[in-house]
Amino acid sequence: MKPGMVLAVGMAQETQSLAFWVLAVVAVAAALGMVLARRAVHCAVLLAVVMLSLAVFYAMLGAPFLAFVQVIVYTGAVLMLFLFVVMIVGVSSADSLVETIRGQRVAAILVAIGMLVLLCLIIGNAVIGPSAPATSSYSGGNLLGLATLIFTTYVFPFEVTSALLITAALGAMVLAHRERTGPKPTQRELARQRVLSGRPAPLPGPGTYARHNAVDMPALLPDGSPSTLSVSPVIARRIELGTGEFPAPPSETLTSGEVVPSDSEGGHPSEDDEHEGARW
Amino acid sequence: MVSPAHFVALAVVLFVIGAVGVLARRNALIIFMCVELMLNAVNLAFVAFARLHGNLNGQVIAFFVMVIAAAEVVVGLAILTSIFRARRSASVDDANLLKY
Repeated sequence: MKPGMVLAVGMAQETQSLAFWVLAVVAVAAALGMVLARRAVHCAVLLAVVMLSLAVFYAMLGAPFLAFVQVIVYTGAVLMLFLFVVMIVGVSSADSLVETIRGQRVAAILVAIGMLVLLCLIIGNAVIGPSAPATSSYSGGNLLGLATLIFTTYVFPFEVTSALLITAALGAMVLAHRERTGPKPTQRELARQRVLSGRPAPLPGPGTYARHNAVDMPALLPDGSPSTLSVSPVIARRIELGTGEFPAPPSETLTSGEVVPSDSEGGHPSEDDEHEGARW
Repeated sequence: MVSPAHFVALAVVLFVIGAVGVLARRNALIIFMCVELMLNAVNLAFVAFARLHGNLNGQVIAFFVMVIAAAEVVVGLAILTSIFRARRSASVDDANLLKY
């Protein structure tokens, strides 16, 4: 047996059952936390925990190839895609706890209990014996056995799968494509807009002359007053929501020509502002 | 000694938890993640049955399930981003244009 196959069925039985019980508890707790967590980011991280423990279960069940595919494809690709979309849709987005359909949660829990009882009865009735004797197809020969099956018995589903993947990639590109509604502004128009906006210079950077140089620290103007323009609107919004401190800027720091960050009145959906998603 | 029955029981528990999430949550992203959890639970059952019967057919099926789940996630998340772009919300309650 190769050293890499230590995780597979060659594991000592006591170790295997200890690993099973510990990881089963971890997986179920993470899954419950996923259902109960309010924020989508927390859900994604807890789902990663479930998937990684499932990868260990696959290794214990003699599927080392599937264990690695689980880590690479699921935890690596699918969950990263999820996190990517969470970042687009808004990190701070939390599910509202208001029930729109009356009794939905109670009904969901009742249905779940019914389903659990049903499935447990089915499994209890079925005779699930001890596992078949461990052959080499569960350790070193796993990859070979899988490849033989995929390219002989399951060769037609495999080909159909490739068609499905191409269609899915095309569909994702078509669905996620954004049509431009107006013509693209030229550099001349952009420069003109910038001069007409009354602030041709770039915005001040955060932290200048302040006590810290963190991004949420407003820059100090020459007269010592903080400048609201120096803090990114996203961070200012987050501070506004109560996760940090932000010294209230005196209004006289804004001269008449300056552009006030427009997000403080809360959310008009501008096209490029992908960060506000706090309302759902 | 851990038998395949243990793994199947765990798969049932995970599947039911995922079903609760799909039924009770209203954020489309979280519903999606719960669907993924259900698919993973089914995969675990397939692998456990493959171990029980002593052949690799269940593992091949689990592999195909993973591929199809990846395709499903790609398309679903693309739909989700386009809905979010149009309606500024990912709640399934807000996608009600076709509602009578």
